[in-house]
Amino acid sequence: MSDDARSATAPGRNSGGAAGAARAPALELRAIDKRFGAVQANRAISFSVAAGSIHGLIGENGAGKSTLMNIIYGFHRADSGEILVHGRKVDITSPQAAIAAGIGMVHQHFMLVENFTVLENVVLGVEGGALLAGGLTAARRELEKLARDYGLAVPLDSMISELSVGLQQRVEILKALYRGAEILILDEPTAVLAPQEADQLFKMLGRLREQGKAVILGTHKLREIMAITDRVTVMRQGAVVAEVMTKETSPRGLAEKMVGRAVLMQVDKCPATPGAALLSVTDLEVRDRLGVPRVKGVSFELRAGEIVGVAGVAGNGQSELLEALAGIRAPSRGEIRLGGRELVREQLDARARRALGLAHVPEDRLRLGVVASFSAEANAMLGYHDRPRYGRGLFLDGVASFAGCEAKMKEFDVRPAQPALRISAFSGGNQQKLVLAREIDADPTVLLVGQPTRGVDIGAIEFIHRRLIALRDAGKALLVVSVELDEILGLADRILVMNGGEIMGELARAEATEEKIGLMMAGVRGEGGA
Amino acid sequence: METYTLIVLLLAATIRVATPLLLAAIAGLFSERAGVIDLGLEGKMLGAAFAAAAVSATTGSVWLGLGAGIATAVLLALLIGFACITHKGNQVVAGMAVTIMVVGLGPTLGLAWFGLGGQTPQLDGAGQRFMGIAWPGAAAAKEMPFPGLLYSELLSGQNSIVYFTAALVPLSAWIFYRTRFGLRLRAVGENPHAVDTAGISVNGLRYQAVVISGVLCGVAGTYLSTAASSGFVRDMTAGKGYLALAALIFGQWKPVPTLGACLLFAFTDALATRLQGVALPVVGVIPVQFILALPYVLTVWLLAGFVGKAVAPRAIGVPYSKEK
Repeated sequence: MSDDARSATAPGRNSGGAAGAARAPALELRAIDKRFGAVQANRAISFSVAAGSIHGLIGENGAGKSTLMNIIYGFHRADSGEILVHGRKVDITSPQAAIAAGIGMVHQHFMLVENFTVLENVVLGVEGGALLAGGLTAARRELEKLARDYGLAVPLDSMISELSVGLQQRVEILKALYRGAEILILDEPTAVLAPQEADQLFKMLGRLREQGKAVILGTHKLREIMAITDRVTVMRQGAVVAEVMTKETSPRGLAEKMVGRAVLMQVDKCPATPGAALLSVTDLEVRDRLGVPRVKGVSFELRAGEIVGVAGVAGNGQSELLEALAGIRAPSRGEIRLGGRELVREQLDARARRALGLAHVPEDRLRLGVVASFSAEANAMLGYHDRPRYGRGLFLDGVASFAGCEAKMKEFDVRPAQPALRISAFSGGNQQKLVLAREIDADPTVLLVGQPTRGVDIGAIEFIHRRLIALRDAGKALLVVSVELDEILGLADRILVMNGGEIMGELARAEATEEKIGLMMAGVRGEGGA
Repeated sequence: METYTLIVLLLAATIRVATPLLLAAIAGLFSERAGVIDLGLEGKMLGAAFAAAAVSATTGSVWLGLGAGIATAVLLALLIGFACITHKGNQVVAGMAVTIMVVGLGPTLGLAWFGLGGQTPQLDGAGQRFMGIAWPGAAAAKEMPFPGLLYSELLSGQNSIVYFTAALVPLSAWIFYRTRFGLRLRAVGENPHAVDTAGISVNGLRYQAVVISGVLCGVAGTYLSTAASSGFVRDMTAGKGYLALAALIFGQWKPVPTLGACLLFAFTDALATRLQGVALPVVGVIPVQFILALPYVLTVWLLAGFVGKAVAPRAIGVPYSKEK
């Protein structure tokens, strides 16, 4: 294998003495432009990726990374510009053309048929004949070889739905390699992985690099770029703002290029001084519609003046926990105590809980946090519209709600500061700031926050984190659920790690490390586990 | 001996009722496994029934009638496809619209062409209908009580469409699970995004599925007007398209269980016909309306009880677009 690797990374040497001509890059983009309606998603994008290298593509949400990657894979067509593969101009009109040109892609949302086996998923589209039997046998042999060569073992006859997310991603990579991909594009590949799984993925990508493949890694996580890539292209507002060798840059330098100004990577805060328990949860169990328990007997307390972080890979019961606490999902067992009341037995709904001083910033902003077609003004009082300050009896007080929204926008730096504008016209960060403003404005004693900075740009992240810490310092109790480990480590004073609906352990911030949390996220029970 | 004859006759009636039901259900199977809800089954069958009878009556050839029936149903299927695949329209609305259109259009055209109150002329000339094919020795076997009657009444003496339908279940199971086309068809009904990124045309596959559904509905409609009866009459499908859809759901979108569901529905139907006017112990004579409602009551009961377990193709009813 090492022989192969060497000749693959330096093929120029044995390729018949091509007069020392520099080998063409595996992939080269020249002046790619793409416009969706009024939005210029990609503007004059040019860069090239050498064979046997990992090229990072970094930018905030909405910077145009996904659009660019989808153009390379033929999912979208560029308005203008050229794509060259191994020095030859190619016209990529469809995924089929991309596959033929040796380009493979692992999408952020996997493109797998859940109730098909791994083998069936891999051969879909390249079955090798009208009848399946022969093709499947040949594919099985080929895949076993690929699995050996790249260390990508997957149970070929298992259903996709039975596999962990990490293994599903492996299937996606196998799919691309089986189609003969020399260029592999990965769009936010670690969004769904636990840290250990991400490390495994990086090891796999390293092996692909050794074998002479070109890998493009699109991400918004600086850590990943620093850990694995050789070169990195930084995108902002649809354009390339920098292209540098990874080892010649730093996370801070990259972040500044992404945002376009200096950013604070970590918000400073003083140690917490927790007071009395404001919210206590005992043996809480939540079942989904099919009766499957999603939260299994969880107990914890939330004290005044502290932020408790709930870490975990998405889909391990955090969402259900949050919804049960907020009163939008009925638990099947357990107790929730707040301000001398027992919320479950008394069947207090979300509104009654708000009146008791429990505020909730939901995980899924667009589904639960705002009404997308309403104005910012209406959204800024949703759920609190029945309070006297917004009107009396049957009628709303338009002047009061407009003024209320203006005040919130000013205080939380929401841009543009136009209460009459539809909320969907605001960026994710500004929507989130307004939701946060609404909940904080009600002066809650307990604030539940789900994914405080999902889809929020780096500049706004800093602002939101500051506000949450200020709230803590004002003696409120905060529960922050986030799948971003950095965020948990940056905000929380105490960390609960969830896996499979259970709390695997509790860590004080001082003793928490990424490794310890990662292990618990993967299901290894820590000390003090509930 | 008496019971035995009764059972054989009951089974023979079951086969007659089950044939169009099964054809329509398998038609729906192809469409729905590809992700397109097939509420147009009823309309496509009815349109085919009219076209087949009209052409057979005019030309005197039932085979030309079959061709016309298939062509009509395929055209209607393409219409549904155009609305909800190309233009991403609502599949339920498209299917219902086609059905409603055909319910009115058939008798109207019939009235204009034949002037028989919306019916087609009686098909009784040679070659105008699909007739039973007697197998060798069937007449002799009839004299031999067991198993002769089974042979002569069930295996022999059916028409070509019945034999075709009998072969259709293993054939479609083979297509679904053993061929490239079947794999892609099942994939497109589960996750069209996966199919698209694999470089296969989602719309192309769905059109193929919809056309196959049209062909089979064409055969089913032709059976109704040229084999099961001798001409087209208004509303002659009488909800069979919807019943087929129910059988398809009850059969969990799988060929063999769908066959079972169709046979069960057909058997109740045959039984209901037999029970008319028969005095049963304890309850006495059951009013005919109750008996005729039996298959439908059974449908509701079965679907209410079992449909919870049925898992529909995941992408069914969702027009495909690249953006999610």
